[in-house]
Amino acid sequence: MAIEWYIVLSSLLFATGAVGILIRRSPMVILLCLELMLNAGNLALVAFSRMVGNEEGQVFAIVVMVVAACEVVIGLGLIVAIFRRKLPLNVDDLRELRG
Amino acid sequence: MEEVLFFLSAIGALGGAIGVVAMRNPFYSVLALIVHLFSLAALFLLLTSAFVAAAQVVVYAGAVMVLYVFVVAYVGGGGESAWEPIPLQRFLAPALAVALFVELSIAVLASSLRALGGDGPEVSAGFGNPESIGTLLLEKFLLPFEAASIMLLLAAVGAIVLAGRRREAEAS
Repeated sequence: MAIEWYIVLSSLLFATGAVGILIRRSPMVILLCLELMLNAGNLALVAFSRMVGNEEGQVFAIVVMVVAACEVVIGLGLIVAIFRRKLPLNVDDLRELRG
Repeated sequence: MEEVLFFLSAIGALGGAIGVVAMRNPFYSVLALIVHLFSLAALFLLLTSAFVAAAQVVVYAGAVMVLYVFVVAYVGGGGESAWEPIPLQRFLAPALAVALFVELSIAVLASSLRALGGDGPEVSAGFGNPESIGTLLLEKFLLPFEAASIMLLLAAVGAIVLAGRRREAEAS
């Protein structure tokens, strides 16, 4: 398969994740859609690494995975904290920090 | 054969992604994301990057998704309100995403990278196996590797601080 196909698939997945972030309200689903976008980036990194014939792009992908894992841990910790304080789990209601 | 595998896993990845966005219940969204992650691992294998595929399955589909399932089970999947702060948000957002996809596709397909149209160069049998990735991580990319480990530690401590019970706050 030509590398183009992987890149186009990756941009399609990225756009799908962006739709999810824009239309969903639950912070949990927004985190899931963030994962989608990070994974689309990973697919592009690995595809470009195959295109160049160099493994360094795969190391980047692994570092992106680590960053995604950290983001999930902090995000889920925030969700649990919001739930404990009996605040609504809805990003439109949690707008106090908005300017 | 390769084409068949590519399209099968591409359909899996795309279907999983659409499932994440479209499912009402967050629990089903998590399950759709697991389908998506396994399909992506198959795509990584097609790109001869065995270690990244294995890490994807073990770290993501294994560890991170278990974390999600636990939190969804704890918080419970509440129904989302249909109220839209911006009018027509449900229709504007897909339009923006289509514009984003078209822009990315134009940027990729109109680029002058000749190698994009090909299958990539011939690589040796050891391309992307744990040995070569490990050598790269521990020699050339040692500093990012250590920084990543410190960041993981900080994230773990931060999650405990964020989600832990505050006894004095509850008592007052």
